[in-house]
Amino acid sequence: MFRRLHEPEAAVTITVDGAPLVAGAGETVAAALLASGNPVCRQSPASGQPRAPFCMMGACFDCLVEIDGVPNRQSCLVEVRPGMAVRRQARPTPVGP
Amino acid sequence: MSAINSGEIDLAVVGAGPAGLAAATTAAELGLAVSVFDENATPGGQIYRGIEAVAAKRGADFAVLGDAYRAGESIVRDFRASKAAYAPNTGVWLVQKDRQLGIVRDGKAGMVAARRVLIATGAQERPVPIPGWTLPGVMLAGAAQGLLKSAGMVPAGPVVLAGNGPLLYQLAAQLVAAGVKIAALLETRSERAAALPHLPAALMAGNYLAKGLGLIAAVKRAGVPIRRGVTELRALGCERLEAVEVAAGGRTERIDAALLCLHQGVVANVQLSLAIPLKHEWSAAQRCWRPVVDQWGNSDVEGIAVAGDCAGIGGAEAAAHAGRIAAFEAARALGRIDAAARDTHAASDLAAWRRHLRARPFLDALYPPAQGLVVPADDVPVCRCEEVTAGQVRDAVRQGGTGPNQVKSFTRSGMGPCQGRMCALTVSEVIADALGKPVAEIGTYRIRPPIKPLTVGELAALE
Ligand SMILES: Cc1cc2nc3c(=O)[nH]c(=O)nc-3n(C[C@H](O)[C@@H](O)[C@H](O)COP(=O)(O)OP(=O)(O)OC[C@H]3O[C@@H](n4cnc5c(N)ncnc54)[C@H](O)[C@@H]3O)c2cc1C
Ligand code: FES
Repeated sequence: MFRRLHEPEAAVTITVDGAPLVAGAGETVAAALLASGNPVCRQSPASGQPRAPFCMMGACFDCLVEIDGVPNRQSCLVEVRPGMAVRRQARPTPVGP
Repeated sequence: MSAINSGEIDLAVVGAGPAGLAAATTAAELGLAVSVFDENATPGGQIYRGIEAVAAKRGADFAVLGDAYRAGESIVRDFRASKAAYAPNTGVWLVQKDRQLGIVRDGKAGMVAARRVLIATGAQERPVPIPGWTLPGVMLAGAAQGLLKSAGMVPAGPVVLAGNGPLLYQLAAQLVAAGVKIAALLETRSERAAALPHLPAALMAGNYLAKGLGLIAAVKRAGVPIRRGVTELRALGCERLEAVEVAAGGRTERIDAALLCLHQGVVANVQLSLAIPLKHEWSAAQRCWRPVVDQWGNSDVEGIAVAGDCAGIGGAEAAAHAGRIAAFEAARALGRIDAAARDTHAASDLAAWRRHLRARPFLDALYPPAQGLVVPADDVPVCRCEEVTAGQVRDAVRQGGTGPNQVKSFTRSGMGPCQGRMCALTVSEVIADALGKPVAEIGTYRIRPPIKPLTVGELAALE
């Protein structure tokens, strides 16, 4: 959905759902996902629709992902770090009858 | 500049935009022990997002981002050179009336105490509820602009810009300068006649008008197709955006798009000030809530002040002046200078701040949000988190819901992770419209801390 105007000066490799993704140093996780071809961060808990970063300023919470085992991190506020493990969040399985 | 120490804090500043940075630099010069907290990794706030990286590594991008952006270099440099402490990546999830702050960084929550607090949390974009606005591929204009500033990224496929307001034209001009082809710019509304009476004051306020006209001219020169008087917008697609449907002048057309950037102006970010709670009022001109403050930024709670766009939209230059004004007042309140010295120090900032604010009535009148976006049709989701439609809000009103908090408990609107940041204004407007009452009477959601998500582990770590 987005492309880089310049090659990043320093590359940082993270994993997204286990697959490696090369990002630029200083980019947020949300930015890296938006430049990756698949910007989806999570499924909406209500309907399961895919959601991607919307505001890029910490307001909408549509960019929530799991980072290094911690769920519900706002990926537009977290910078990539080498080896960081990012997981897209699936809709929680409904419980009850 | 130093890291946050656990020593005593005279002034805790929340937000490292122009207001917070100018306040911190000035207060530190006056000998106050200042700590600045901001949830981003680098200073600059919304307008100067990524400025240090651009200055250090991507100098060529200054040509794309423009002079107004470059002005942030000196504000950030002065802050870095000051004695103010800086906590990046640090969200403030609570401010108590006794001036204790709850902070969270890297999954660790903590509390700090300060003698005074300055809230400088800036603005957020007004939500733009249209059919399909939850699809991947639909973003706010400021989001696309933030990617350009912080990461040097531009839209990769066909991009459509829709809405109104200075920021939309600024984004269009920046994308054009970066060599991006814009498929269309769809303008929802501009009210030249209503704005005209405010024009003389705006002309005295600075070069706002010239800047704006320059941006629009650059966009036109680049041959960007512009549609005026847009009455309906729809984002189409299944798993992601495929096209934008637009009605203007009685004609409906479909424009293929990979990215739709929406904008309806910016509104004060009052999440933190509402959670304290400070006293707020409805601004009819800006159609948003703002805390009630005096010219020094003092709120109704002793020792807690507010400066910059979170006190009402005034723009980046006004924000920096307001930050300095609040710093002089902090020094007075803490006994470092007397009232006469404060008045002398603050005189030029007060004059400049008032001058910049004189541009606002013109801009507010010229670019009001479109009525159909403020009070959307029944089928439009207003709460993105819980997917509650405007129709469900109206149903809740019909069932006796008289205010946002009741509607929230009937429909779950505002109960998701964004805590109403994306729906509060719309829900209040829809209720007001349904009941035929002014929004000021309807009020807004009660906001409860923590205003940033904390895990159970983070809360436990506080014990
Ligand atoms: C997305 C966006 C883009 C904009 N771009 C421009 C532009 O290019 N040009 C222009 O003239 N105006 C722009 N504006 C308008 C903007 O409001 C400026 O006028 C200016 O940035 C306001 O300065 P400020 O210091 O009041 O707040 P801001 O610059 O918004 O700074 C506030 C800071 O506080 C932080 N913050 C907020 N809440 C918390 C919390 N709870 N905990 C920790 N930190 C917090 C934010 O992350 C931010 O860094 C933009 C507004 C938005 C919303
Ligand atoms: S993109 Fe909106 S909170 Fe991250």
